[in-house]
Amino acid sequence: MGLENTLFESLPDVITAKLDAVVNWARKSSLWPATFGLACCAIEMMNTVSSRNDLSRFGAETFRASPRQADVMIVSGRVSRKMAPVLRRIYDQMPEPKWVISMGACATSGGVFDNYAIVQGVDKIVPVDVYVPGCPPRPEMLVHAIMMLQEKVMKESVRDRRDTYEEESRQSIVPGTLPVTEGTALEEFAKTQPTKPYTIPSRHEKRRSS
Amino acid sequence: MADTKVLLKFVEKLKAKNADWISNVTDSLGEVTVTVPRESIIDVCNFLKNKHDFNLLADLCGADRGPEEDPRFEVNYHLFSTKHHNRLRLKVLLSEDEPNVETVTSIWKTADWHERETYDLLGVVFDNHPDLRRILLPSDFDGHALRKDYPLRGYEPYSLS
Repeated sequence: MGLENTLFESLPDVITAKLDAVVNWARKSSLWPATFGLACCAIEMMNTVSSRNDLSRFGAETFRASPRQADVMIVSGRVSRKMAPVLRRIYDQMPEPKWVISMGACATSGGVFDNYAIVQGVDKIVPVDVYVPGCPPRPEMLVHAIMMLQEKVMKESVRDRRDTYEEESRQSIVPGTLPVTEGTALEEFAKTQPTKPYTIPSRHEKRRSS
Repeated sequence: MADTKVLLKFVEKLKAKNADWISNVTDSLGEVTVTVPRESIIDVCNFLKNKHDFNLLADLCGADRGPEEDPRFEVNYHLFSTKHHNRLRLKVLLSEDEPNVETVTSIWKTADWHERETYDLLGVVFDNHPDLRRILLPSDFDGHALRKDYPLRGYEPYSLS
């Protein structure tokens, strides 16, 4: 009965294929997003998973609460400057392979929030694979973005996405532990600390930017 | 329009206690605002809390009137009494060169975070505050965001644009 019988009747016991093709097919068929809603775009993101738009048709309905189990980070909404190190931290905690969808005008370029509080484009913090325009984008657009990402995944090589141990990534600052520099006794302590960057780009990122 | 007779009675009592405590009184829209000299705010607050039961500091906030104004900053104390249900507003005016005012955390504990917020956004310094540091903006933020002369996109490198 069913597909299995048909397959085994028509196919030989052993087939050969490119490893990339098999692995990428498996990856694109179960893109698990991280549960990470930032603003009103998150409402559309939730709607995308709901029964009307049904993101599970594309294998991407399983929103994981832990970044350790997620493949895609959907940045849904404006990223405030205070949120930026946290967002980067979550990205760093996701194991390779990982992709980023920048959802909506605010995440892509700051949108209408052209001010000191909002990061002007999330691509200043994490490498973005697919940008979705709109304010907010309709669920269909997010589904389309997922499908575009799937096409992109199929073109990649397994070698591109290695989870490498980065010695220097330990040097970046843990969010929430930035030294306080004004009006407290910690001021003197902060002066003795060397300046550290928010984050170190991963090997994957370095290759993209070069 | 609400009757301010009761509130003005408190102002009279303040005046009777020490006339130097009051530099101006505004009676408008059913609310009474007492402008207090900077150095007497602690005494006025102590007097109102202990003698007249203004036991709740409903809000403490700052305002920037603009860089061309002198005095430039004001700090507003919204007092409320849970005993006789009256509200009174105190106001302290501060110059740009010396935006210092004594903290009232010793009188109302709740003033702690309100004063930190005012310091964070306007740069008003509360002397003898137990823990005066930023509360809303990131701790490495440059400048005070709600000042009228603060650029909309912020200072480099945080503008990230």
